[in-house]
Amino acid sequence: MARLKIDRELCTGCGLCIDSCPLGALRIEQGIAVVSEACNDCGACLDSCPQGAISIPVGERLREARIEDYRDVWVFCEQEHHKIATVTFELLGKGQELAQTLGCRLCSVLLGHQVRELASPLFHFGAERVYLIDDERLSVYRTEPFCKAMVSLVKRYKPEIVLIGATTMGRDLAGAVATRLETGLTADCTGLQIAEDGKNLKQTRPAFGGNIMAQILCPRHRPQMATVRPRVMPMPEPDKTRAGEVIEEKLEIKEEEIVSTVLEFVKDERESVNLVDADIIVSGGRGLGQAENFVIIKELADVLGGVVGASRAAVDAGWIPYQHQVGQTGRTVRPKLYIACGISGAIQHLAGMRTSEVIVAINKDPEAPIFKVANYGIVGDLFEVVPKLTQRFREKLS
Amino acid sequence: MRSIVCIKQVPESASEVRIDPEDNTIIREGVEAVINPFDMYAIEEALRLRESFGGDVWAVSMGPPQAEKALKEAIAMGVDEGVLLSDPLFAGSDTLATSYALSQAIKKIGDFDLVICGKQAIDGDTAQVGPGIAARLGLSQLTYVFKVVQLDLEKRTIVVHRLLEDCTEVVEARLPALLTVVKDINQPRYPSLLGIRRASKKQIPCWGASEVDADATRIGLGGSPTWVNKVFTPPVRQAGEIIEGNVDEAVGKLVEKLLSEGVV
Repeated sequence: MARLKIDRELCTGCGLCIDSCPLGALRIEQGIAVVSEACNDCGACLDSCPQGAISIPVGERLREARIEDYRDVWVFCEQEHHKIATVTFELLGKGQELAQTLGCRLCSVLLGHQVRELASPLFHFGAERVYLIDDERLSVYRTEPFCKAMVSLVKRYKPEIVLIGATTMGRDLAGAVATRLETGLTADCTGLQIAEDGKNLKQTRPAFGGNIMAQILCPRHRPQMATVRPRVMPMPEPDKTRAGEVIEEKLEIKEEEIVSTVLEFVKDERESVNLVDADIIVSGGRGLGQAENFVIIKELADVLGGVVGASRAAVDAGWIPYQHQVGQTGRTVRPKLYIACGISGAIQHLAGMRTSEVIVAINKDPEAPIFKVANYGIVGDLFEVVPKLTQRFREKLS
Repeated sequence: MRSIVCIKQVPESASEVRIDPEDNTIIREGVEAVINPFDMYAIEEALRLRESFGGDVWAVSMGPPQAEKALKEAIAMGVDEGVLLSDPLFAGSDTLATSYALSQAIKKIGDFDLVICGKQAIDGDTAQVGPGIAARLGLSQLTYVFKVVQLDLEKRTIVVHRLLEDCTEVVEARLPALLTVVKDINQPRYPSLLGIRRASKKQIPCWGASEVDADATRIGLGGSPTWVNKVFTPPVRQAGEIIEGNVDEAVGKLVEKLLSEGVV
């Protein structure tokens, strides 16, 4: 089964390859490395051999990209109704840093209908080149035409890194594109850096609700794809004098390949809330006791120009819709200010808000775990503290 | 109609997981394991659709032999058939390799109208396996679904509501489709006594790489483009200051601090 070849002349039987094999498929027999049926030609051992005695014949690793053919850093431009999502600019800022380290170009991919004028802001934020596909069938986001457009551009122009916002749209797109390209995709990166070897992208991401950080590499496939949540990377300053080139391509897709139709967009019948983009979130939990009491949370949020969040306990009690839920089974947020009122701070809630810049906790239980992550805490009755806080901010901010 | 639900067994408490320092993979053995919470909504939705449209519901889970427990739980809730996808060759699979292995199993089950997954697993949090399966099997991809409005088996269409950041999208797609569902879609049922008894007697077949005709170069660590280079504990957030004093004083001090730091 294995196609891996070991040159019996070159092999010295040193055994270094044995440790490099993730499958334990290599062993030393009579002073020479031999490979067992467990080998799946992954190539992890290739670089371990000081003699260069291990090889996989060319042409048999077709799924692996010829890495040197891939160049440039790309950022997918997320736009809806001709408005570019801010995460795009944040990624251009990061992308520029990566492109400088690699000594390559920063490019952006702009897909939509009558969106040509959106190339300018992309240039202002650092893109040197914009790949544009302008087609009526891209007027609203749908997986198949966007995926097809992205895949065809990547195959043609071969970027080494593709960054996409970890939004609803971005996550829907990235998973489909990476699979069609059979390449690696790392979700929700909080850190992106070029490795010491000067070519691989070190992608750092939280897992297990932020309990563990993992550094991921995609060493043998290109492009290296990563998604990043909004507000994780800093917003760069635009330079309005900058310009660049637009490369336009056509969307090659047959009608029958488009399997979905967006019928309409409905602003939520209950209440629209965008927790992910909010600078300030005031959240209420079990301590509120009943649905009506969310009024005091809303008043504080309104004075601060923020939005209302909630713990799972409050959502499960039916006090407030799921759209407001912060935490492991709700939204992950990272506002400038997060005020937790009557929330004890279960690990699942902390997973969704622990990276907020400043956390304020108001709870009557001094032992509540929320105080362990809070920058400022007030131990007290939220029904007394929150209205006073609202009142004081109202005085100061008016 | 036939729905196939993909479920993952995850550690109940994120704080108990350990890392294998040898190969940087997560050790799941010995940690209390449950069905990924989002997958519970996927199971429930499939059961509700069966109640309206007839047919059967399959659950498939890729994981170690212990993941059989998750499938038994699904059967106790009312799922008709379970398949465990387990093989040492699958170990270390990333999302690309996992979506390949699951796609192979789904193809083998065959003759389905819907594949339903939770929007993401709470351990890896990637939300990538669902779209990966849709891409491989050429299914209509419908993520973040919180309502199935209409299913027409004659016309082979489905209409769903998708939960976007600040609004709802109503979208119609062709069957077969892959749905990933969010928490809001339903309230999962508890297993019935009858279901538990049925599950205890049920034989769960275990399929390995060869049973699903998986290409050995596309699974496991070797078939995974992404490799975990290292894992580490994030810097601990320092507990801050408890603001003392009576309510008026504390509130006054807090407001001053937030204003002077420019947070507000």
